[in-house]
Amino acid sequence: MNKVRMFDLKALIASAVVFAILQGLMAAEIIGPFWELNLVLICINIILASSLNMINGFTGQFSIGHAGFLAVGAYMGAVMTVKLGFSFPLAIIAGTIAAGILGFLIGLPTLRLDGDYLAIATLGLGEIIRICILNIEYVGGASGLMGIPRMTNFVITFWLMIAVLFFIKNFKNSAHGRACLAIRENEIAADTMGIDTTKYKVMAFTLGASFAGTAGVLFSHYFFIAHPASFTFMRSFDILTMVVLGGLGSLTGSITGAILLTFISAALADFPEWRMIIYSLAMIILMLYRPQGLFGNKELSEKVFSSLKGGKNNG
Amino acid sequence: MKFVKKASGIALAAMLAAGLTAGCGGGGGEKKAADAGKEIVVGVNAELTGNVANYGKSMLSGFELAVEEANKAGGVDGKQIKVVTADNKSEPSESGNAATKLVTQNKVVAVIGPATSGCVAAEEPVLTANKIPLIAPCATAPGITLQKDGKTKPFVFRACFIDPYQGDIMAQFAAKDLKVKKAAILHDSSSDYSKGLAEVFTKVFTANGGQITTDEAFLAKDVDFKASLTKIKATNPEAIYVPGYYEEVSKVIKQAREIGLTCPMLGSDGWDSPKLVEVAGKEACNNGFFTNAYTAEDKDPVVQKFVKAYQGKFNKVPDVFAMQGYNAGLILFNAIKTAKTTDGTKLAEAIAKTKDLQVANGKLTYDEKHNPITTALVLELKDGKMTLNKKIGG
Repeated sequence: MNKVRMFDLKALIASAVVFAILQGLMAAEIIGPFWELNLVLICINIILASSLNMINGFTGQFSIGHAGFLAVGAYMGAVMTVKLGFSFPLAIIAGTIAAGILGFLIGLPTLRLDGDYLAIATLGLGEIIRICILNIEYVGGASGLMGIPRMTNFVITFWLMIAVLFFIKNFKNSAHGRACLAIRENEIAADTMGIDTTKYKVMAFTLGASFAGTAGVLFSHYFFIAHPASFTFMRSFDILTMVVLGGLGSLTGSITGAILLTFISAALADFPEWRMIIYSLAMIILMLYRPQGLFGNKELSEKVFSSLKGGKNNG
Repeated sequence: MKFVKKASGIALAAMLAAGLTAGCGGGGGEKKAADAGKEIVVGVNAELTGNVANYGKSMLSGFELAVEEANKAGGVDGKQIKVVTADNKSEPSESGNAATKLVTQNKVVAVIGPATSGCVAAEEPVLTANKIPLIAPCATAPGITLQKDGKTKPFVFRACFIDPYQGDIMAQFAAKDLKVKKAAILHDSSSDYSKGLAEVFTKVFTANGGQITTDEAFLAKDVDFKASLTKIKATNPEAIYVPGYYEEVSKVIKQAREIGLTCPMLGSDGWDSPKLVEVAGKEACNNGFFTNAYTAEDKDPVVQKFVKAYQGKFNKVPDVFAMQGYNAGLILFNAIKTAKTTDGTKLAEAIAKTKDLQVANGKLTYDEKHNPITTALVLELKDGKMTLNKKIGG
């Protein structure tokens, strides 16, 4: 068994253990419905943050329209189950594909832009999707699509999240992923080396968008409603914050960022007046003293732990 | 510099720790609520932050006033009322989150709020599953108290009139009191509230022998309405119906007067804000009429009693959301008294049976769809002041 397989196996066992512990705590009712809900929300946010990290962190394209793809997934999934009567797994697939197709179509022209221009284009795109939904009577328009059955549960969400994380990790380590990293480091150099930059940018964008769609289906089937107000650009910034907080380009960073921010928001629910203040203060201080995010573009792994102990390794 | 780094590191750690203990604090509250025989815990799920925070905050203060009065009078059914609030950030998914917290962690017997219909729709499945009654003080969308098959949801109530009711009243007022034959409509196509009102107005107004000359639309946050207004002017209407919120409406009124439209402007309760007159100007607002559930200018002694009490506690004039939050409190406490229990199912039945209850703006009775039959007012804007023109029902 080679090193990569060994790592995968260890990671899989670790996630199975985490899953068993959480599931046990829920069965023993130590984790009540409120925290169970937030655990599901954490898993959904991890999918969102890590998929945005594919675009922003690995490929170095600054996209801030992720809430738009989330909305497409949420509505597509809800239409499949509520209006057309398909099963939940089919809805997940449909939501994923719909968001992916949209990401592909939009990625083609916009990814020729770079830097600030791409940011503005994706920001506009997210809003366009929301305004379109707002005006489609079929999905409820401004009052949102109501009466969605709760089909998402912790088990599905958790394992889907693990699957997405493994996909992204393997993507990053594949030839395609390396090409994306090369584009991030220096686009002109990558181009000169014969990498089809547009192709890889669109690929990362499409994959990132489709995972956001997956998260959307899970989201709308957990909260009973798909409402345009849940998919404003503030939501895009929320996801972006998680990625930047954890560190652009670090998958474990995205996971930590998503867990931390969702947890802070939930834990402060008892102090509604203070929630926003503490949340933003934490952000400001972190950005002042760790502008590269908690982990930078490093991964949290056994290597880091051993370097903490022995100090021989440099990350 | 090193010290600063260290200090801020400690501060950050302290904040995270605060977050952690806050989470544990919730667990502590659970135990307290479980053995509470002397107090009744009521949850408020309100928009305390986000873009409609002012609605949620007013609603909460109104409800707090009702609680304070009830507790001073010896409590409800001999027990003191304790309020637990949760913020939904003006977002439907957060609203479901907040409701779950109130029901499972704080063990509330009923939930007041949220203010907006979207948030109520998201919260409702959580409460229905737990058999906890919900009173939405100011959610006006007709659908929230009804199931898909048209039956009434057993645990959902509201404390305000529904959208079609307002449109109906304004259409009748225009046709009968203002004697208008031709009216134009300018509605906000991004808001179902505005669209719904425009629809009902059209129906009732034409049924009363009127004619709609044109129906133009705008989007929320638009600032220039001159194109639509010029089109409207060309059709020569005798009145213009602008159901919407004050932000856009104030600009509509201002620009309508600028291009020489002097006819009456008609509207809905979204107009109710001092900002309307501030932005549009006192003179432009003359000849403006809108429907509302309440005004602090109402000389009715019942209304004045509430206004004084509210001013005494919060030192400001209560708006309509505060009034509806207060009413929701009265409805709930009355139901707890008559049901003599806080069991969700029995409590919901008691709320549904509310009849001729004295509330802040008149009398209130529930119909079979859990919509209150209550007072409606037509207010007129005169020299920047909202004056009572006509009172219906109550």
